[in-house]
Amino acid sequence: MEFSAVVFYFFAAILLLAGVRVITARNPVHAALALVLAFFTAAGLWLLLEAEFLAITLVLVYVGAVMVLFLFVVMMLDINIEQIRQHFWDYLPIAALVAGLMVVQMILVLGGETFGLTAPEPKAADYSNTKALGRVLYTDYVYPFELAAVILLVAIVAAIALTLRRRQGLKWVDPAQQVKVKREGRIRMVNLKPQKPESKSEEGSE
Amino acid sequence: MIGLDHYLVLGSVLFAISVLGIFLNRKNIIVLLMAIELMLLAVNINFIAFSHFLDDLAGQIFVFFILTVAAAESAIGLAILVVLFRARRSINVEDLDSLKG
Repeated sequence: MEFSAVVFYFFAAILLLAGVRVITARNPVHAALALVLAFFTAAGLWLLLEAEFLAITLVLVYVGAVMVLFLFVVMMLDINIEQIRQHFWDYLPIAALVAGLMVVQMILVLGGETFGLTAPEPKAADYSNTKALGRVLYTDYVYPFELAAVILLVAIVAAIALTLRRRQGLKWVDPAQQVKVKREGRIRMVNLKPQKPESKSEEGSE
Repeated sequence: MIGLDHYLVLGSVLFAISVLGIFLNRKNIIVLLMAIELMLLAVNINFIAFSHFLDDLAGQIFVFFILTVAAAESAIGLAILVVLFRARRSINVEDLDSLKG
């Protein structure tokens, strides 16, 4: 068996085990950590498929951001595990039947044949996947790319707007009110007559 | 030699595992979200495999967009979960029956 095959089977086994751990782990924190392992292993498989940029993106974006968000939320919520785990295995027969049938069907359709495709020649050492991807992304797919940026913006606004909580009796500054301030609202010109200061001898005696 | 079919079968088994997970964790929304993430990962493996074997970058572009949308989706999903927990003090799906007539 050649080296890439060993790597593939090793990573695939870890990926499937991590997937099983995600769905069966008793503690949601363990499930999240198993999902981190699954993403990491999948990134390894993507490297094997010469998708270097996406492999790194998967680790940075998913393991670095999304899974940390998951862990934050899991640890913030007070989950009653006992109640949630009741009747956990009740639906196993029907679920296993559905999942098993899906696997069999997809293997019948997809497995064994390779759609007449063979692995292409490995790219040259100076080939840059990132550069090639960027060249396509900023020309042919520039419109979807900008839409993706808008989707991310909407997600940020939605997530903040949903979780923002106004506490009662909290002192805060309204920036709109601050910006709207006029000179007249802040300054009052007073016409003062010049006055003589108090005589110094009284101050000195104290 | 590892061919396209190996990756496709791996993707389909991973997909079936997450379907199983949705059945089993039907009470726990947070693990349901994780199972959906796992499903998207399985689909992405298929895209990357086809992209490699067809020598066409369009598949990788598609995975790029799926990653973007999935990140947005999980951020909003978790935000909804936090709001839900504040309101009901529970993330058990069985407690979420306020729309029931």
